[in-house]
Amino acid sequence: MAIVDIFLLEALLNGVLLGGVLALLSLGLNLIFGVIDVVWICYAELIMLGMYGMYFLYTVYHAPIVAAAAVCIVAVAVLGVLLHVLVIAPLLGAAPINQLLATGGVLFFLQSAATVLFGIEFKNLGLRLPVLKVAGMFVSYSRLLAFAAALIGMVLVYLFLTRTYTGTAIRAIAQDRQIMPLMGVDSRRIYLITSALGGGLAGLAACLLVLQYDVHPFVGLSFGPITFLICVLGSLGNFVGGFVAAFVFAEIIALGGLYLDLEWGYVFAFAFFIVMMFVRPEGLMARRS
Amino acid sequence: MTRSLRWLGAAALVGLPFVYTAPYPMHILIIILIWSFAYTSWSIMGRFGLVSLGHGGFMGIGAYVTALAWNYGHVSPWIGAPLGLLAGGLLAVVVAYPCFRFRIIGHYFALVTLALSGIVLQVITATRDYTGGSLGYTPERYKNGSSLYAVQFTGKTTWYLIALGVWALGLYIWHRVDRGMLRYALEAISEDEDGAAATGVHVTREKLKVTVLSAAMTALAGALYCQYQMFISPDTVSGIAVSLQMVFAVVVGGIYVPLGPTVGAVITIMLAEVLRVSFGTRAVGWDNLVYGILLVIFIIFLPKGILGSLLALRRARRGAAAGE
Repeated sequence: MAIVDIFLLEALLNGVLLGGVLALLSLGLNLIFGVIDVVWICYAELIMLGMYGMYFLYTVYHAPIVAAAAVCIVAVAVLGVLLHVLVIAPLLGAAPINQLLATGGVLFFLQSAATVLFGIEFKNLGLRLPVLKVAGMFVSYSRLLAFAAALIGMVLVYLFLTRTYTGTAIRAIAQDRQIMPLMGVDSRRIYLITSALGGGLAGLAACLLVLQYDVHPFVGLSFGPITFLICVLGSLGNFVGGFVAAFVFAEIIALGGLYLDLEWGYVFAFAFFIVMMFVRPEGLMARRS
Repeated sequence: MTRSLRWLGAAALVGLPFVYTAPYPMHILIIILIWSFAYTSWSIMGRFGLVSLGHGGFMGIGAYVTALAWNYGHVSPWIGAPLGLLAGGLLAVVVAYPCFRFRIIGHYFALVTLALSGIVLQVITATRDYTGGSLGYTPERYKNGSSLYAVQFTGKTTWYLIALGVWALGLYIWHRVDRGMLRYALEAISEDEDGAAATGVHVTREKLKVTVLSAAMTALAGALYCQYQMFISPDTVSGIAVSLQMVFAVVVGGIYVPLGPTVGAVITIMLAEVLRVSFGTRAVGWDNLVYGILLVIFIIFLPKGILGSLLALRRARRGAAAGE
């Protein structure tokens, strides 16, 4: 009985750590959706490119890991801006579903560009971080690091959004897209800053994920869909909701993985999502009006 | 003029396998016809703004139910495929009814259905003891290989005619929906749900009708694909990638015209095949590269798709000629 409990605790703990990473993943997407009202279906593919960036800078060109991470975050932020300028901006007035499909085209493009450029082999950093043993439970150090960085990233974004003038403008635009330009906010500039911020968060997520997972061109498909579901479950654009939903999802996956298979964990998470959509169509944290 | 041209085209398609039987081009044609049918099934609801990213799930259900019924229950695909259709339709009701009831529309609907195709893919992978998981699954061969009872044929001509028939059925259903009251109801709904409801349209029921129809047709496409290829894997008939592929081929071909999905299938499959044949393994990834760029360009500049834009251009020319 005691042994089962320790496994359960370990699964719960790993769920919390996974939740931190998922929360970080959903934060950038939530920001983009809340402000620009666009779903970047290719968000996970931006992360994939960031992971490749880390692999090449650190493992192939032997850059110091912190410098590599900084370069990656900036590079993915630039990609985010490019995505907005080239694909989203021409479609801002089109039906929302067209924007979703166009970023889907970018998804195909990025996946196959990575296949063509880097091949389909799995690559990893070749960096082995130790596994911590806490009270008989095994906790991966890289997960802990990812969890901590995710928390810090989220606090920084929160401070930026609430304490700075630009951040306030971003939140205001998210509330009312039509009125804010009349109030003297340059919505184009705000969109660019938001895209850069969203891209930067994807870059940060890439730096953390590459510590735990191998990178290959289709790696985005393994965590992209779950990220969208988390954002929807937490009410698209609602940061606190996304945060809570990320931990709920992560615990479902971790516990499902403990008692059955990892796939069943995902099945339960997806099924939970569909049921929750019926129970609370506006998401977990929707305010009752 | 166009009418006789249409009959001529149909006669040429039916007569083709009797004069030309090279196996590789026939195989490509069959694959194009099967996917065209699947894409047409998607577009039956997609053209009304009901963008589903769950059709990979329906297709996977059709394929796996047919194959599992044959291998484990020794049930002929003549019964297995309808079972698959039924299962696909039921799943559509279970997911879509609450969606429509609670007014989950637009990209929320797209994301809920995305979760659905994720579920189907993961369930197939997780029940690997029965379905073979990601390694794929093969229906057992019946005795000497060709049998009407087992719907297994070794000749490509038979398969070509079957696929052609099913494809034509898809186009027929498209036209029936296009000519019927369902179309007006759904167009009204896609413009304004409250307005449609106020004029007496039963919003939930009409949307559910077209969704179940579309899902069952997609399941049939899955069963057909399974019987022809005799090999299915979660990645080729199910899951999120297949769902996205359906949406994108239809958008490229033209979502509002009957032959649009077919044109989309021809373009995407031919692109992949030409690159594969001319560059071999060096071409891995290039087809999707071109495809992705095309898609973005199309949605920005030609949202009606290739065929849709061509037809609109022709109509505009004619209108100008008639005006003079």
